[in-house]
Amino acid sequence: MPSVSDEHAVHSPEIETRRAVIAGHADFAAGLISAVQQIAGRGDTFVAVSNAGLSGADIESAIGQALDLSKAAVLFTDLPAGSCTMSARRLQRARPGLVVVTGVNLATALEFAFRAPNESAAQAAHAAAEKGRATLVVHG
Amino acid sequence: MPIALYRIDDRLIHGQVVVGWGQPLELRFIILIDDDVAGSEWEQELYRMGVPPEMEVCFSSVDSAGSTLNQFSTDARMGIVLVGDIGTMQRLVNANAVIKTVNIGGVHHSPGRTARLRYVFLTPEEEQGLRAIAAAGVEVTAQDVPGARPIPLEELLSGEQNE
Repeated sequence: MPSVSDEHAVHSPEIETRRAVIAGHADFAAGLISAVQQIAGRGDTFVAVSNAGLSGADIESAIGQALDLSKAAVLFTDLPAGSCTMSARRLQRARPGLVVVTGVNLATALEFAFRAPNESAAQAAHAAAEKGRATLVVHG
Repeated sequence: MPIALYRIDDRLIHGQVVVGWGQPLELRFIILIDDDVAGSEWEQELYRMGVPPEMEVCFSSVDSAGSTLNQFSTDARMGIVLVGDIGTMQRLVNANAVIKTVNIGGVHHSPGRTARLRYVFLTPEEEQGLRAIAAAGVEVTAQDVPGARPIPLEELLSGEQNE
């Protein structure tokens, strides 16, 4: 029962948006996309996939479906050891151009949504990952 | 015995195992028993990549599992045994009297399976497999994460549990 949410995918035909899939546990991806939408109005950059109730094979299928639907070349996942990341790495074997970024956070997603459209997907993913890493700060 | 859990989980190594169980139990090794994974260097590398550096992962075929379990039986560290399906666990139990408890951690939906819990779906053959494991004197419960209530096999199969 693969579940792919594309509720934010309302595109204006004249604006080409670089898109990405976010896959994670429970409602992690939908929540992150909702936050991107609230902050920046760019939730439509992303398509959410939840692993809830799915086997590893079904997670792989759901992510593959989301990548096909969105034509995304970048896939963000939550935990490096999580089932979505395992599925993502398997998908990379069949899709060598796919860029996988693990440990996505809100700053990462926001940065990706605002990267220049003439950058490659890989460049945008690397820049977004750097931004996300830099926002992890301990105060006190 | 350092094996904290003999777990059936079709996702094998993933967040619930590494973090959910791994942190409170202070797991330091995982024995993953799966014929396909044991025969694939690529799959093994994939699973190794998913665990923190302090956690060792050992891969074994079902036929070699006995000697692997013996090898770890004197290990002072805490560990977990993982298999991907009920049939594999049944083979393990039949060949290894040391297994006294089995944890059903995740058997997800696929055609022919009936929902028993949100993370356990079973075919009639799989139900029989679990009953056979229990008949061998093994305590079988379903529990996805440590904080959840362990659901005994009879309750699981009766369909009376509520989540």
